[in-house]
Amino acid sequence: MRVPVSWLVEHLGFDEVPTPDELADAFTRIGIEVEEVSPLGPVTGPIVAGRVVEIEELTEFKKPIRYCKVEVGPEQVNQIICGATNFVEGDSVVVALPGAVLPGDFAIAERKTYGRVSQGMICAADELGIGDDHSGILVLPTGTAQPGDDAVELLGLNDSVIELAPTPDRGYAFSVRGLAREIACALDVPFGDPGVVEIPEPEGEAWPVHIEDRAACSRFVARRVTGVDPTAPTPWWMRRRLMLAGMRSISLPVDVTNYVMLELGQPLHAFDASALSGALTVRRALAGEKLTTLDDSVRALDIDDIVIADDSGVISLAGVMGSASTEVRDDSSDILLEAANWDPASIARTVRRHKLPSEAAKRFERTVDPALAPVALERAAKLLNHYAEGSIKPGRTDVGAPTLPEPVSMPIDLPDRVAGVRYARGVTARRLGQIGCQVSVTTSDDGQTIVTAVPPTWRADLVQPADLVEEVLRLEGYDTIPSVLPPAPAGRGLTEQQRRRRTVWRTLAEDGFVEVKPFPFIDPAVFDAFGLAEDDVRRNTVGVLNPLESDKNALATTLLPGLLETLQRNLARGAKDVALYNVAQVTLPRAQQVPVPSLGVERRPTEAEVASMLAALPQQPLHVAGVLTGHRELAGWWGKGRQADWPDAVEAARRVGQAYGVTLRVVQSDLLPWHPGRCAELRVGDWPVGHAGELHPKVVEKLGLPKRTVAFELDLDALPLDDHRPAPVVSPYPPVLLDVALVVDASVPVQSVTEVLGASAGDLLEDLRLFDVYTGEQVGEGKKSLAYSLRFRAPDRTLTVEEATSARDAAVAAAGERLGAALRA
Amino acid sequence: MSGANDPYDPKEVAALSAENLDAAVRKAREAFAGAADLEALASVKPGHLGDRSPVLLARREIGALPPKAKAEAGKRVNQAQSAIKTAFDERFAVLQAERDERVLREESVDVTLPWDRFPRGARHPITTLAERIGDVFVAMGYEIAEGPELETEWFNFDALNFGKDHPARSMQDTFYIEPGDSQLVLRTHTSPVQARTLLERDLPVYVVCPGRTFRTDELDATHTPVFHQVEGLAVDKGLTMGHLKGTLDAFARAMFGEDSKTRLRPSFFPFTEPSAEVDVWFPEKKGGAGWVEWGGCGMVNPNVLRATGVDPDVYSGFAFGMGLERTLQFRNGLPDMRDMVEGDVRFTQPFGTEA
Repeated sequence: MRVPVSWLVEHLGFDEVPTPDELADAFTRIGIEVEEVSPLGPVTGPIVAGRVVEIEELTEFKKPIRYCKVEVGPEQVNQIICGATNFVEGDSVVVALPGAVLPGDFAIAERKTYGRVSQGMICAADELGIGDDHSGILVLPTGTAQPGDDAVELLGLNDSVIELAPTPDRGYAFSVRGLAREIACALDVPFGDPGVVEIPEPEGEAWPVHIEDRAACSRFVARRVTGVDPTAPTPWWMRRRLMLAGMRSISLPVDVTNYVMLELGQPLHAFDASALSGALTVRRALAGEKLTTLDDSVRALDIDDIVIADDSGVISLAGVMGSASTEVRDDSSDILLEAANWDPASIARTVRRHKLPSEAAKRFERTVDPALAPVALERAAKLLNHYAEGSIKPGRTDVGAPTLPEPVSMPIDLPDRVAGVRYARGVTARRLGQIGCQVSVTTSDDGQTIVTAVPPTWRADLVQPADLVEEVLRLEGYDTIPSVLPPAPAGRGLTEQQRRRRTVWRTLAEDGFVEVKPFPFIDPAVFDAFGLAEDDVRRNTVGVLNPLESDKNALATTLLPGLLETLQRNLARGAKDVALYNVAQVTLPRAQQVPVPSLGVERRPTEAEVASMLAALPQQPLHVAGVLTGHRELAGWWGKGRQADWPDAVEAARRVGQAYGVTLRVVQSDLLPWHPGRCAELRVGDWPVGHAGELHPKVVEKLGLPKRTVAFELDLDALPLDDHRPAPVVSPYPPVLLDVALVVDASVPVQSVTEVLGASAGDLLEDLRLFDVYTGEQVGEGKKSLAYSLRFRAPDRTLTVEEATSARDAAVAAAGERLGAALRA
Repeated sequence: MSGANDPYDPKEVAALSAENLDAAVRKAREAFAGAADLEALASVKPGHLGDRSPVLLARREIGALPPKAKAEAGKRVNQAQSAIKTAFDERFAVLQAERDERVLREESVDVTLPWDRFPRGARHPITTLAERIGDVFVAMGYEIAEGPELETEWFNFDALNFGKDHPARSMQDTFYIEPGDSQLVLRTHTSPVQARTLLERDLPVYVVCPGRTFRTDELDATHTPVFHQVEGLAVDKGLTMGHLKGTLDAFARAMFGEDSKTRLRPSFFPFTEPSAEVDVWFPEKKGGAGWVEWGGCGMVNPNVLRATGVDPDVYSGFAFGMGLERTLQFRNGLPDMRDMVEGDVRFTQPFGTEA
């Protein structure tokens, strides 16, 4: 909300008006956020009112250009070039004469332009620094000024506009009235409430109105003004204030409703009474009803929308926008003014549904003072009477039963206890009184002093003691609250899982991977590029209703799409050797999606209710994934380095497992988007927890990635938190080292041989390591030779070679028996 | 050479004469001195210390001497042999030292050659920052709480006192989940973890929750639709806004140095009452020390306590939340938030594993 300082201080009894910055500081201190303080201007030099005497249209140019004679002082006429056409001879305008400097260091001088000498400039509002209207030059209402009058004074250019963003709980602060009251509280100055006016006793109704839906509308007030001169202009002072507040001047009746809304906070609507037929009814829209709103769009109404209808049907989307058929026109002279209190939640839904945010709706959503409707109507009617000779009819319609704030009681020292401050005696009662509460202090049966506050009508947000506490604290100043560190109880530190996750996070970085954080939004088409089958479980995604990019409307079920896209970006930017990783939640829909139960907030939900709510959430396990391309070991003066290869992915995955305290088993697998012959499934026992290996050449090609790009992905939450408490006994005795080479069928996985050897070599085996794999003529077709070194050691004595050899032989025999392994000749 | 039983006159055994022995010593010294390296020294060694060297040959003659001459001749030979041995050892030591020195000199390399075989890895600075903040609070006795990113509206809004159609709810720019009536959202803040914590844990609770959050803001230099927050929540008997301020001040000092502090400005959040914006005094702010908007905070709204079964007449609490991207941006003076989300390794690598 933008407020000119001159308007704001009109209702405040300052001895000396503070500077705009001081006012802004005061607003900030009590919790009204200041977006901007904008001084008008600056303008210097001769800027005067002028009267257009004669207009010569120059036609030799591509756009309309006028050469005007403008009277700019007693018997002084200047010739001025002007590109605007929104004025006629006799109009009153603002002229910057040669020597004037307008905002933005825009110096005006006599100069030749469009083949003529131009002695000054006829100004538009934005050129003068008042508002942003550049639709034409500023035409002042007739009689506002005489040629030669100082325009700085006339336009009120020695003013500032403060732009404020009140929080959504403070509906009252969306008005000059509410903001001035805040300043009065903040700076302890007297406040003359423009919302307190005498309302004359009505004689009968202004118009028959029936509220059918009481929940939709708690109060509906109407007043009729007839004989309004439709040609009456909006007075300059009102236009200026509307302009500075950021609103366009439209016509006097519309300007009056907007002006009163800005001043008091009560949105008004003006109907052309001659266009109404019969009594007005307030109700919800009926299915299938339509309304042409005054922006000329035809809107299909929802049965939740609140509407005003007459005999002809719906004539207004209540609180949001009126109809084209009943709006005030250029020739309207019979005006019915409406002020009402609409259900804030309904208005909010209607605004969202029809995408129709408006100044009026913004206020209704935030609750409008229910006592304000007749006051605002009186003010508006009087303005129409004064400026357009309208005749205020004696009738007033006032139907409905507005809800008024309920009293709130609390121990009088509650603000002290919440703040941790001992406030001076009487502070609580004084501050609550200052914001408009009726305050009484009593003593309870147990001797406590209780303060009871009846909130003012405009403070529907004050419903519980905490709300009163905040008022006292903010007005006393948050800067008076001390800084005290609470003694928290001893904590237990990080959980086992949190510690292990941190180790994983760090391990990959230490291993040369760079962590990236792609968004979880993916384009489901990526799974086509991955070549996934139609029924692949990863295609089963949770959808986002309102994605920022319409094609990326699914939540990731795997981290690979985001990682590969980030890899592409790095490659496009010239990187060659890239290793990336990401640790993030993925979203996996449940097989049977159950609806979220509707729970209230008046009490703690039961365990069963909580459980049913959690069961309705998709599963969101934490995954870790990495991709590698280019060199794993860089080329350099030492050699040509080493390209990343499938084992790098498997190793990274296994190191993640180790970091988590789990040994991952590797099983040959075949899962897209991995290469069918180079895909490892990682398992904990027999439980699969992820995959690693080289990406499928087709996938790599489709995504434009370098050949042999490798990747891994693990479900971190699937890794068990095994009790990791090793108790190694280190033998001081010497080892016996033995090598063995076994020939097996090429199809036998190395891991099987290793597992059998390890399991069969007995307790004396300390270490087992594959150091060579050979295929070729010497071992025959379809065979491979695996060379292992085994280290044996006894815990309590020096092991003999014979003992070690017999342990090795046992292992070899087991491998022979179970896997057909033979000692290499 | 004479036989054992030959008549013998020591004076006639030339090999044992003092002149000959002295000559042998002198020749040995000359030969050793003339050896330029260990190999040359080794090649001349047998001629002066070997079995057939003059001194060793002379020693064989001693046996044939009459007993009274043996002792004297033996002493003379011993002295000569010892002198040669010493001469050898000295020369050997000198040559060995020369050789060792030469070998080391020859093995020297240019150690300024680059040795960057393995590309450097790094954690994302947001991860490191979240971890560091966690550590600050763990040191104060807090524990780290967690929650899912896709949340029910009940946790994200209802339990936090957001009215069904209150503008505060629509101001959160929420990502909604299909279908339209799913009642599921991507959490707009880490605050749902407050409600989860109060439902799950026994009182008192002191927790922080770093996590990823979502709002439908277009990505630009100072906004990102996917960002991170850290949430703090303390619920105990007798907690005051002064305790909130003290905690925030301690947090600010841990993050921005001993001279840092916080300032509270009244504000509004549905889940706190009273509510405040937090500004932090940042001594190293670009362009000079100053206040920077940091986050939001307040005393837990009694309605939140009621919705989670905590008696607001017995317990009170405070909560606060800060954006991590924003914190990183002003702490490090990063001009563009897009760099934090795009994943360019050139941005992340300089942060290393700690930042």
